[in-house]
Amino acid sequence: MTEILIAAIFTDNLALSFFLGICTFLAVSQRLSTALGLGLSVIVVQSITVPVNALIHQYLLAPGALGWAGLPQVDLGFLRIIVFIGVIAAMVQLLELLLDRFVPALHRALGVFLPLITVNCAILGGSLFMVERRYDLVKAIAWGVGSGAGWALAIVTFAAIRERLRYSDMPQGLQGLGSAFIVTGLMSLGFAGFGGLVR
Amino acid sequence: MRLSRHLTDPLIRSNPVTLQILGICSALAVTTSLVTALTMCAALIFVLCVASGLISAIRRHIPQSIRLILQITIIATLVIVIDEVLRAYAYEISQRLSIFVGLIVTNCIVLGRAESFAMHHPVWPSVLDGLGNALGYSLVLVVVATIRELLGSGTLLGLPLLPTTTEGGWFVPLRLMQLAPSAFFIIGLMIWAIRAARPEQVEHPDHRLVGHETGAGP
Repeated sequence: MTEILIAAIFTDNLALSFFLGICTFLAVSQRLSTALGLGLSVIVVQSITVPVNALIHQYLLAPGALGWAGLPQVDLGFLRIIVFIGVIAAMVQLLELLLDRFVPALHRALGVFLPLITVNCAILGGSLFMVERRYDLVKAIAWGVGSGAGWALAIVTFAAIRERLRYSDMPQGLQGLGSAFIVTGLMSLGFAGFGGLVR
Repeated sequence: MRLSRHLTDPLIRSNPVTLQILGICSALAVTTSLVTALTMCAALIFVLCVASGLISAIRRHIPQSIRLILQITIIATLVIVIDEVLRAYAYEISQRLSIFVGLIVTNCIVLGRAESFAMHHPVWPSVLDGLGNALGYSLVLVVVATIRELLGSGTLLGLPLLPTTTEGGWFVPLRLMQLAPSAFFIIGLMIWAIRAARPEQVEHPDHRLVGHETGAGP
């Protein structure tokens, strides 16, 4: 279980080795403080949605999962994509309501990011990977927390680098997006160095 | 003439990937070989054209408050269709594409075009706009995949082009090209090339250092 957690943060980093959530990664990394807020929201949402989707997959969608309802032949696997996106959207909405009601300070800090997260492919990708790799509930929790933390680590580091990069003098065509890609590539190369950390 | 603009504009001038950073999320992971990239492009072209057409056709009947849910449902349905078709007729490729066909649902190009174009335009221009944006995305994907497959394993579409040293040739495959960082580097350099050719796309920094350039403000 710790292997999955460590691997999800470092070697299997969603942003840097699977290119997931790169759109948001590039768009919301201008400032360290906003990147931190988004990173935290991703950890929270990922740690909730992956286990919930794992349960739904285990008891409703997997081949033979409806055995408890007397329908062992039914395979609803094809509904996975649409159900997962629905669960993610519902969870984000729910989280927003709960935060607004009970922790208004946190809601003010994370509020703007939560809707963005619904269409972040790192979140949907996390759930789809969980199914593809056949994780059970415990492994799914580890994977959810780890992959969220890995994504957050990547965006916070990247934002910190970018804040410094703003004052550098580079060729005109590279300013902004071009340099962002090159820096992400270098970070991805750095994270590739973690390979072999987990067997 | 004006109709064809919807098709040709997104190819390079307002390319969704290099100018608007849309939709690269799931795309780059499939560029290690040209076959997977082409399959992904075909899937995206289908989803984007049909989704734009459908959403545009019912745009007057969509209540404003639930339009995002409707759009995502339409897109997800189309993605499921293409995913199942690939599983049925191209099983091996669908295994190599892994989860990335499914991730077309959250590809920002699809939802972005639906929301910003198809909701306000008739069916035919919407389909063309979808096709143009899908082709602009495909162009980037195909270029990246060609470079990565050719330099990473000396083949193109699986056919050996550069004889590798393991088979008695002269070409030493670059392992880096098969790894994730190379895709970022290639896109970064591509953006640089496009912006060198089209200076109007250059982003200007929000802060300018005094004394770096003549005529720069305080």
